[in-house]
Amino acid sequence: MALTDFDRALIKATQSGLPLVSRPYEAVGAMLGVPGERVRERLAQMLEEGLIRRIGAVPNHYRLGFTANGMSVWDVDDAVVDELGARIGALSGVSHCYRRPRHLPDWPYNLFAMLHGRSREDVAQQACQIEALLGVACRGHDILYSTAILKKTGLRLTGN
Amino acid sequence: MLQPEDVMLIKRLHGDLPLTDRPFADVAAEFGWTEDTVIERLRLLLAHGDLTRFGPLFQIERAGGNFVLAAIAVPEERFDAVTAQVNAFPEVAHNYRRAHPLNMWFVVAGETPEIARDALARIEALTGLPVLAFPKEREFFVELKLPLDEPAARLDHGTH
Repeated sequence: MALTDFDRALIKATQSGLPLVSRPYEAVGAMLGVPGERVRERLAQMLEEGLIRRIGAVPNHYRLGFTANGMSVWDVDDAVVDELGARIGALSGVSHCYRRPRHLPDWPYNLFAMLHGRSREDVAQQACQIEALLGVACRGHDILYSTAILKKTGLRLTGN
Repeated sequence: MLQPEDVMLIKRLHGDLPLTDRPFADVAAEFGWTEDTVIERLRLLLAHGDLTRFGPLFQIERAGGNFVLAAIAVPEERFDAVTAQVNAFPEVAHNYRRAHPLNMWFVVAGETPEIARDALARIEALTGLPVLAFPKEREFFVELKLPLDEPAARLDHGTH
């Protein structure tokens, strides 16, 4: 699925946020020289296609008290990693859960689950929950706590 | 400090904003508020940093874009210099320092897999340090499920 020029213009106009006005889609349309109706239609399609995950608020979890974050990494039997990954992704406190390649011998872990909590104890407790869920399928794990945010801009479309 | 109304609003807008002509008026009607109340509360939540964004969350990968998690073991004495080198790449969307021998973890985002791969190769060449790539092979869940059902008074502390 390639982006059209209109899509790119729409993404660029909204990727940093929707205008907080009574008719936000109309306002975006005015920037792009189209009716608000066209903006709403395309956004609805993008939602359906999965190009937009959702339209809404992104809470700052630090401000909401979720100050601890740890990247938990697990060495899970390849035969069951997908089934178990889906169950881990459903746990509360897990924000991202992915299967990724190992880099042996230094990096044996193939399942990554980002954990968020109000404290490191909270995060460690969530890791215990995951450990119990994985059972014998797990050969080892680690938690990498973040100690500094070095950059956080998110993806921005650039150029034309 | 968040008011109970803020928590209601964040929780509601953690789901989708209606794709209607006056979406804030529609959300307001659900709560028996005025449209202005919703817009003003959102404006304050963004201004105070309780929300980091409000708008469509794009998954650019669905249009061929690509995110790759990567890590470098940066010698401590070079950490600041390498941070500057890596962050200077516009393709680097996030960069975190983590407590591990692989102490720098960043995400490279490109509109195509080639752009992302090329950025990793250039980072490796520029820093002279091996870059381990961890492309996602499977996604199980994305986005934090905050326990916003709790009373507002407990958002800043306590356990769940």
